[in-house]
Amino acid sequence: MANPIHQFEITPIVPLEIAGIDISYTNSALWMTIAVVLSTVFLTMAMRQKAVVPNRMQAFAEMLYGFVAGMIRENIGTKGRQYFPLIFTLFVVVLLGNMLGMLPYSFTYTSHIWVTAALAFFIFLIVMVIGFYKHGFHFFSLFVPPGVPMWLLPLIIPIEIMSFLIRPVTLSVRLFANMIAGHIMLKVFAGFSVGMFAAGGYMTLAGIGPMLFNSVLIGFEFLIAFLQAYVFAILSCIYLKDTVEIAH
Amino acid sequence: MELEAVKLLAGAIALLPLIGVGIGLGMIFASYNEAVGRNPNAAELLDKKYFLAFALTEALAIFALLISLYLVFVG
Repeated sequence: MANPIHQFEITPIVPLEIAGIDISYTNSALWMTIAVVLSTVFLTMAMRQKAVVPNRMQAFAEMLYGFVAGMIRENIGTKGRQYFPLIFTLFVVVLLGNMLGMLPYSFTYTSHIWVTAALAFFIFLIVMVIGFYKHGFHFFSLFVPPGVPMWLLPLIIPIEIMSFLIRPVTLSVRLFANMIAGHIMLKVFAGFSVGMFAAGGYMTLAGIGPMLFNSVLIGFEFLIAFLQAYVFAILSCIYLKDTVEIAH
Repeated sequence: MELEAVKLLAGAIALLPLIGVGIGLGMIFASYNEAVGRNPNAAELLDKKYFLAFALTEALAIFALLISLYLVFVG
């Protein structure tokens, strides 16, 4: 049976090395390029006509816009409009990474911790930089929740600091672990079918079972792919909210 | 015990958080269904919160699964 981890292997397509640093163009980079080209071409093509009554492509682009705009309005408020380009880009990058990974023989670039960690630490840095820029040292009041009695503060403040620092870790691990686990599960069930078909006889008939179950799992995996992109974007919104308003 | 047996056992123990995740997911589904049953108009409002809670809870199970896979296949 094929190794279920094999699909996550990064292989160089154009080997390249500069000053001892390996910067080969890999299959991961290839699928990232596809995602960038796809989103750019789609959004420019869809919005070229700017019709009052949108055609199908424009309607889809507007739906995507409205979805992210609504998410920002609900979670950050009207002041969050300035973060729209950031959240929209993050959402599209993660969504396309998850969705393109569902194509057969493709590569899921969000299934690598370095990709998700880079995104998550980028958001973490933005929250820190904008927070200190806007609020100065008042930003530290983030660690003191309002309405907490004085004698509880020595306990609450370390917990708040910990939960603040752990954010980029959980944000990145959640996405990459979901992608890894989902794709391994699909491969393992596909492997059951292959093994049963290879055994022949009665087992050939029984092998249809895992195959049918795999079809259900693929539907579930599409839900997870969308849901994880949504969760990634919404948690970024919640973290960015701290830079907009701080309870004094 | 043999090393291989200990590895498998550790992988199994690492999956114990699934008990809590199972209970948690059950509570999320139950309260969502109950809330929508009592007030069907609130379904649209609750949908997003429900999906967020579902994804956050499920992520814990995935963390445990990842650690288990690591213990069995890599460690």
